Amino acid sequence: MSKVYLSHNNLLSAYGFDSLAAITKIKQERSSLRLIDDPNILSKTVCTSRIVTEKLKEAFGLLNPKESYTRLEQLLIISLEKTIKASGLPLNERVGLLISTTKGNIDALDTRNPFDEERAYLHVLGEKIKTFFGFHHDAMVLSNACVSGVLAIATAKRFIAQGTYDHVFVAGGDLVTKFILSGFNAFQALSDAPCKPYDKNRTGINIGEVGASILITKDSGALAKESVVLLGEASCNDANHISGPSRTGEGLFRSIESAMKQADVSAAEIDTISAHGTATMFNDEMESIAFNRVGLQDTPLNSLKGYFGHTLGASGLLETIVGMHSLHQNTLFCSKGFEELGVSEPLNVIDKTTPKPIDIFLKTASGFGGCNTAAIFKKVAE
Amino acid sequence: MATTHYIEHYCRITEGRISKNGTLVFESGETEFSDFIKSAYKTLRIDYSKFFKMDSLSKLALVAADLLLLDEPEKNMALVFSNRASSLDTDRKHQQSIQDSESYYPSPAVFVYTLPNICLGEISIKHRLFSENGFFIFNRFKAGNLFDYANSLLAMQKAEKVLCGWVDFDCEKYDAFLYVVAKNGTFTHSKERINQLYQTL
Repeated sequence: MSKVYLSHNNLLSAYGFDSLAAITKIKQERSSLRLIDDPNILSKTVCTSRIVTEKLKEAFGLLNPKESYTRLEQLLIISLEKTIKASGLPLNERVGLLISTTKGNIDALDTRNPFDEERAYLHVLGEKIKTFFGFHHDAMVLSNACVSGVLAIATAKRFIAQGTYDHVFVAGGDLVTKFILSGFNAFQALSDAPCKPYDKNRTGINIGEVGASILITKDSGALAKESVVLLGEASCNDANHISGPSRTGEGLFRSIESAMKQADVSAAEIDTISAHGTATMFNDEMESIAFNRVGLQDTPLNSLKGYFGHTLGASGLLETIVGMHSLHQNTLFCSKGFEELGVSEPLNVIDKTTPKPIDIFLKTASGFGGCNTAAIFKKVAE
Repeated sequence: MATTHYIEHYCRITEGRISKNGTLVFESGETEFSDFIKSAYKTLRIDYSKFFKMDSLSKLALVAADLLLLDEPEKNMALVFSNRASSLDTDRKHQQSIQDSESYYPSPAVFVYTLPNICLGEISIKHRLFSENGFFIFNRFKAGNLFDYANSLLAMQKAEKVLCGWVDFDCEKYDAFLYVVAKNGTFTHSKERINQLYQTL
């Protein structure tokens, strides 16, 4: 099979409206998480990362929209517009569109929301994005809990390998909504301070909001300078519990093993890991077990949740894009919020942003429904 | 050259009827989905202790999958499901529980089902499947996408077999159509055949 590349990309986040805006601040170890009081989303103080609405409106207005679009549609459209433009690709029959989201326009279910309830159907979201740009094919929407973003990258590769498309634009996004916050709060999983993945004093997760997009292509010409090759990927279920991870990290362990086998890469060849690291007790503990089982306990690892919070269906895509820039800049990014190891198995958590020649990274994610995904990426030789 | 795959078994649940490989295995005049699926669960002797705690989408998916997986020894079976309404039936329940501050009572037991792939987790738990999962949302049944994705998983040796299909539950309307793609079987695995099996009730 020919190689599949991850190329032009965009991150629309509280840091700014392109990937480098976020990368620059991450390098400086600056979080975008803030405490906010907004009774429309939760009756108590929430620690979150949200895109400034005025800036979003301004950027979206420049695209001359012909109808009203929801906040999430605006996020995805602004991000995709930049990625499509950077790629210079015509949107013909060889180009696919894949959208990664857990809840889409779920805010449309709220009776106070100006949009019709119909808008909460994920295929309607897909149709809006497709039509805005004039994609040839219907959008495929992938909704597979918190692994959606990484799984979308794997899925794009699989459709390219199968000959369905030559290029796939993947866009991921989820909003910070009352729907989501009330649910995680009911699970008593929300932290009211910036999260501390893998740390002894961690207090739970933060939910954040980004729009992310990337071009996945089999064409090695005109790649972005931070491009990577997807060497191997896998997604395995824990077959254990729908809302709690396996105690043995079974699904994650199997996912990493399978991805390594396909990539033909040993544990020693993986330079760094961009892990899931939600900063909940169960998740972080499970990951430490899985990484040890596969022999990656000494590999420098970070969670980016301390910068953006957990951005749900976008998180795996967002974190893969940051990982690409980490390779390109030969820099290990600090796992923000980490001070003292608070999991039972050893991990080499990156406690300071450090320059280092790096070529290969592993991205992992785990989510409700017992799903886990791992993907291994290699820098494109310049 | 691409290897030919086959559709080994298929099943359908809709409008009060459950069939396997074209043969009716259960029929009921119950008008409420909850009553219908409860009767089916008992008649078909499905055994899963969590069944009555699950949401409608998971019940529908679990019963459909059980028809095809009960006698299935292969555990390297990927699950590739799709639907139109995602988990909206349960999403609406969660939304109702948070809509008004006077009657605010979000429940973790409801919230966890506000993801369509939870039903894949339930099936994986019941049948001990540590396999590939994927849940897609389309505006209608799309054989082409499922066909390509299943072929890709088999070609990359990510699975020995793939349990594919459609499980949709929305406003009391339910429709499940699942089929197993394997190296041997009755029908050649093709978009046309998948559509034909889906269209014949």
